[in-house]
Amino acid sequence: MPNILSIRGVSRRFVSAHGDTLALQATDLELAENDFLTILGPSGCGKSTLLRIVAGLDRQTSGEVLLDGKRIAGPGADRGMVFQSYTLFPWLNVLDNVCFGLRERGLPQAERLEIARDFIAKVGLSGFEHHYPKQLSGGMQQRTALARALANRPRILLMDEPFGALDHQTRELMQELLLSIWEAERKTVLFVTHDIDEAVFMGSRVVVMSARPGHIKFECQVLLPHPRHYSVKTTPAFAALKAQLTEQVREEVRAAQAALAEAA
Amino acid sequence: MRPLEPVQPGVRAGLGFSFFVLFVLAWAAITLGGFVPKTFLADPITMVESGWTLLSRMGFAHDIGMTVWRVVGGFVIAAAIALPLGVAMGAYKPIEAFFEPFVSFARYLPASAFIPLLILWAGIGEAQKLSVIFIGSFFQLVLMIAVTVGNTRRDLVEAAYTLGSSDRTLIRRVLIPAAAPEIAEILRTVLGWAWTYVIVAELIGASSGIGHMITDSQALLATDQIIFGIIVIGLIGLVSDFAFKWLNRRLFPWAQLAR
Repeated sequence: MPNILSIRGVSRRFVSAHGDTLALQATDLELAENDFLTILGPSGCGKSTLLRIVAGLDRQTSGEVLLDGKRIAGPGADRGMVFQSYTLFPWLNVLDNVCFGLRERGLPQAERLEIARDFIAKVGLSGFEHHYPKQLSGGMQQRTALARALANRPRILLMDEPFGALDHQTRELMQELLLSIWEAERKTVLFVTHDIDEAVFMGSRVVVMSARPGHIKFECQVLLPHPRHYSVKTTPAFAALKAQLTEQVREEVRAAQAALAEAA
Repeated sequence: MRPLEPVQPGVRAGLGFSFFVLFVLAWAAITLGGFVPKTFLADPITMVESGWTLLSRMGFAHDIGMTVWRVVGGFVIAAAIALPLGVAMGAYKPIEAFFEPFVSFARYLPASAFIPLLILWAGIGEAQKLSVIFIGSFFQLVLMIAVTVGNTRRDLVEAAYTLGSSDRTLIRRVLIPAAAPEIAEILRTVLGWAWTYVIVAELIGASSGIGHMITDSQALLATDQIIFGIIVIGLIGLVSDFAFKWLNRRLFPWAQLAR
């Protein structure tokens, strides 16, 4: 089966008055259908930059990104995205937020509403269709954002620390929700996080990125069985994987801090 | 009383009203008590009486109507052009770069100083009055709308793009609705300024309007009528302000939630 997403030699250099910064070294990454790839790394390692390049919201300095063999030139509905910040449109209620992309596609209203209600139910927000974002908790807003991205039926779902702003308990519930949706819908997901537990629990593969300038320094499969229950987090297999990744990430966090100290 | 502690709505209204009462009482005390001469400042009772005379026998209602018409007319014309231009400037940076320096310069040109020129160009008819309001409000509106649209949250714009928005639909479905409540606030504020321009326009070369009545009263030393005219302007301003606020709350309930 051909890969959905091919990232080939993608790098990103930021040019400013203070000089150039290489945020991302030439990076290669392949994503197959149904992959759930989590990208781990210290802050500022370029993992979000990489995701934004795939989304078409940022331009790479070199290399190319192919989606189903076609070169990505800008943002599009074939790559759904959930952001860390709350990006629901505050002037639209939950239902209209979820309908936003469907309306852009020009679907008739009856069909839009049917699809939207279906996904609102999947994220457990039935009954909240007519609430405005400000009336929702952070977790509910991110669930709506997830439904909004999924309703568009994107080829791939891009997630940039989507649960990063939520409290610990809500975050764990969101992880289970996303995992169950992924198991049911067989989506392909690229998920950026700095939370090691999250990366292992959610991912079928985990890659670790180095400190700036970012590159992929470590990659492993997560062979925990599906469907995954939260109790998997207490198993020895989970702990072993987490220990291994913790070592990998710590090294990079140290390197990042050393680089900061040197610059100062 | 502690810093930043809110007050009950009832207490708030009562406090606000009581200052009005206090103000009128102080005014009545110094005028009716004979501390200032009558020609200098009329007392509240004479003011209300002559106000009634103005309305019932001297056709002041027509003056009020003319003034309101001029403000609304000039303001609507200014807003009708300023809205699309402001949105275009906020959305497209080259358009902003083209117009912004001139508009920034033009908004400091005092509208009242244009009156002699406008009388030369447009006569002393309605066109001149509307032009003063237009000049006074147009440039302010354009600039403030452009800034508001330009400040649209970038993450909302990015979210829209990942949901399949094109550049055109982005303006219609994200930039404009996101800026709408603030644009309504801008309209409310600038309409308040338009009220000061209309009176100035009517003080010079007008044959009707509240400003015209005030100039006429000046010749007669009728301070009671002048004060009545000023209070009418204040009341109309207050009413239009409340109407705008009420409308904004109705139109943009989402912007009021949890505020």
